[in-house]
Amino acid sequence: MGDRGLLIEFGDEISREINEKVRRMALVVRAEVREGIVEVVPTYRSLLIIYNPLLLPFEDLKKRLKRIEEGLRQTPLPEPKLTRIPVVYGGIYGPDLDEVAKYRQISPEKVIQLHCSKPYLIYMIGFMPGYPYMGELPEELVTPRLKTPRLVVPKGSVAIAQRQTGIYSMESPGGWQILGQTPVELFDPGKDPPALLQMGDLVQFYPISEKEFKEWAF
Amino acid sequence: MPKECQGSRMEKVATFEVLEPGILTTIQDLGRYGFSQFGVPPSGGLDTFSLMVSNLLVGNGEEEACLEITLMGLRIRALKEVVIAITGGDLSPALNGEPVEMWRTHLLVQDDVITFKKVSAGCRAYLSAGGGFVVPKIMGSSSTYLSGKFGGLEGRPLRRGDVLYTSNSPSLDKLGLRFPSDWIPSLEKEVLLRVIPGPQDHHFTEEGFQTLTSSSYEVTRQCDRMGVRLEGPRIERRSDVEESIISEGLISGAIQVPGDGKPIIILTELVTGGYTKIATIISTDLPRVAQLKPGDRVKFKPISVKDAHRLLKEQEERLKEFKKTIKNQAVAVD
Repeated sequence: MGDRGLLIEFGDEISREINEKVRRMALVVRAEVREGIVEVVPTYRSLLIIYNPLLLPFEDLKKRLKRIEEGLRQTPLPEPKLTRIPVVYGGIYGPDLDEVAKYRQISPEKVIQLHCSKPYLIYMIGFMPGYPYMGELPEELVTPRLKTPRLVVPKGSVAIAQRQTGIYSMESPGGWQILGQTPVELFDPGKDPPALLQMGDLVQFYPISEKEFKEWAF
Repeated sequence: MPKECQGSRMEKVATFEVLEPGILTTIQDLGRYGFSQFGVPPSGGLDTFSLMVSNLLVGNGEEEACLEITLMGLRIRALKEVVIAITGGDLSPALNGEPVEMWRTHLLVQDDVITFKKVSAGCRAYLSAGGGFVVPKIMGSSSTYLSGKFGGLEGRPLRRGDVLYTSNSPSLDKLGLRFPSDWIPSLEKEVLLRVIPGPQDHHFTEEGFQTLTSSSYEVTRQCDRMGVRLEGPRIERRSDVEESIISEGLISGAIQVPGDGKPIIILTELVTGGYTKIATIISTDLPRVAQLKPGDRVKFKPISVKDAHRLLKEQEERLKEFKKTIKNQAVAVD
């Protein structure tokens, strides 16, 4: 990708197996190739490596990556950490809850129950600082994006699109269907690490009341 | 220890007062790398070449924080003696109302006023100060990340009344130092940008790729630190591929082509994206992208990775040579 990026693709779909390969590769590249590596960007199914060609020649990098890839099967991944995320569903906090229920022909209560029915895998952090792309939603919840994206989605909004669910870590424009809002801070630039959630970890949502949400915030 | 405390240990001194912030002025260094797995884009000065040269002129390391001044309007007053240099786009800089030469060092005394009156050529100027601008470093960088609202000065553009601090390390022996004039990049209204095809060039028809490399595109008003949206001939996509792809990592200079077929050049405040990228602009041409403003025109020409690396090496050699010149020229020449 350009003259200082190298994109390794592990497949062309969203799957746990492919995502694990991306994570393994990112882990080993970060640990083993230090000189000349500027940035390692792991996503759903590919790994972007940004390098400095003046310190690390392209051909050398390719050779090293090939060797790493061959030994990848043995690389152990860290145990996933489970984070429980409280969500106030519906109303002004989840303006699309009723629409999603109507679209799926189930009750809003059932939507909430399904959304909280299992832990989700964080496939990647991207789009904005600390934004987790998670999946997969139960089949009965799968809903397309909004036809017209919103210009402003409040910070903390918990949303779904297709088989994915995510949390807007900052206020931004966005086209996902908003089910609720969490009072939890997902990103703090002064902390180390700055993001609460990391790729490969798990998230379990649970419902809270409006009162609990407000008390959380203050 | 939280990373934001790092900057506060450095000895700093109030050096400028912002009289007018202009259209958009931010504090930027060479960027914030190593945090993309948390969704944090690099940010940083867009015209890295001008930023580095500006720093070298005043005796700083090339990576120090500078002011990135967009289009016009910045007015600052020196609160003490300070060595500065201005590089990049020609925004008609003036010292106490008189035009001031770019790409060389100047000594300001207390109450001197620097103004950027209007754009004459290019889009962004870089003002360095001896010692470098000091703000709390966030994740190792002083760069302002505007949409993330952190880094630089409280994560925002400069405002009237802001006081800007610099590191207290005066070295006044570089006065009158000039950057060789034949090495100063020219600023034209139509620029040729060299690109390396991919990673999704195969999503477009052969004609589509031809369109990209044979047309002239105009820079629209949607032109900021995240990207530059272009207007011009539609790039044809193959009918058997989808318009979007599964989100993946982005790099500055990537040319995204969304559903409408009009290219967008990605800049430094984005980290991942789900649009196809037909080609990527080479590193040494990114400073030219930084100098584009609405109404300017661009053309694209494909080259090989090998050639791009050769150009990068040549640029590196020039900077090295310039560093040597600075070392040998330790005495004032004015």
